[in-house]
Amino acid sequence: MSMGIRIPENLYPRIPDAAWITGRRLTAVGDIPVVPTQLTYADIIGSWKARWGINRMHFTVVPGLYCAGNPDESSPVFVTANYKMSFDHLRKALDGIDAWIMVLDTRGINVWCAAGKGTFATGELVKRIALTGLSQVVSHRTVILPQLGATGVAAHEVRKQSGFKVVFGPVRAEDIMAFMKADMKATRAMRQVRFDCRDRIILTPVELTGLLKPILIITLVLLIASLTGVVGVTWADIYPYIGAVLVGTVLTPILLPWIPGRPFALKGWLLGMLWAITAIYLGGYWGRPNGWLLSASLILILPAISAYLALQFTGASTYTSFSGVKKETKAVIPAVIASISSGLIIWIIALFI
Amino acid sequence: MKHHYLKDVVTLQLNKDKCTGCGICLDVCPQEVFLLENKKAAINDRDACMECGACAINCQFEAISVQNGVGCASAIIRGKMVDGELVCDCGGDCC
Repeated sequence: MSMGIRIPENLYPRIPDAAWITGRRLTAVGDIPVVPTQLTYADIIGSWKARWGINRMHFTVVPGLYCAGNPDESSPVFVTANYKMSFDHLRKALDGIDAWIMVLDTRGINVWCAAGKGTFATGELVKRIALTGLSQVVSHRTVILPQLGATGVAAHEVRKQSGFKVVFGPVRAEDIMAFMKADMKATRAMRQVRFDCRDRIILTPVELTGLLKPILIITLVLLIASLTGVVGVTWADIYPYIGAVLVGTVLTPILLPWIPGRPFALKGWLLGMLWAITAIYLGGYWGRPNGWLLSASLILILPAISAYLALQFTGASTYTSFSGVKKETKAVIPAVIASISSGLIIWIIALFI
Repeated sequence: MKHHYLKDVVTLQLNKDKCTGCGICLDVCPQEVFLLENKKAAINDRDACMECGACAINCQFEAISVQNGVGCASAIIRGKMVDGELVCDCGGDCC
């Protein structure tokens, strides 16, 4: 065995019971958990909670070897991350395929992000192949990885270090059946990441939930303070800002490809400007005392908030490059700070003249 | 629909002399940046590159280089520069 890893026989750790383990299959390396290819309500609710940021960082499965159906020594081995949503996507796609599932320890992070962070990686795969005794379970020497794992795994290195050949499967688990039927050949469509409207909508809750708490607290504090008469803030003063947040975190991501311009912040700024004009009109700002100053302040602040939040969505998108985001961030942050601070100064001036 | 980010910013480089035309870069690229041309890889859609680095790490002939990293503003803002390289410092609370 390579890399100096020596494991005494019969010492392969047994994966403990879990809600999604429905049986055990006896093999040369002990009993391997069997998982169903149908998801239960508990699995689906777990995924839904993770999307909304509830328990997202503890939504994990124990790394190791699992199986679906009735695999034998010639059955394919699929590798995934120990983020439970990744694991669930894979086993759901294995309906009708007898297969082994090897779960790497990615610290509960999905394949794509873990590959970028170096936990879904060559070393971990080689180590896990040894730790699970995979070469005693299957007679062939091939493991199938999700294509997005390629960022962290060098196929030629894995072969050198473990003897196992890496085949990069499709990007999406749902294409696995078609991939297997085509003799492990992926079509062009299977090789490309998508980022369509549905994908973007799924990602907006996580962007929003992080901001929900501070927004609620600030709104409540301001409204309660107004009841005591210390400050005179009303809902009409607050909703333009909440609108700007929603424009940046929800509306811009959903409408992304249809908004002109390439920088995310520019897209957010454009929609934010439309919202600022709407909010000034709806709130009757123009007619208030110092109306033009208050309006100018909103024009400076609201689009800047939306622009900043839209820039944050680069992290959830599937097509932004490191160099590009670096360039955009460097240009946008000073502009956002300048715009918001001058807006605040004008607003304060408007209150006092 | 294929999305494109900023123009002319990516650091992707292909050395055709080292390329053997094995085609692994076409397999691992999620953005269809490469194509095979006269039995060698060629960069077809440079601006679509997201600098994930899958092609470079999987090219055993070292024909491809790219300064890879995560295209995430929050990581860049919160990240630290170490030896000129940005490290994702989101404390495991992001993607």
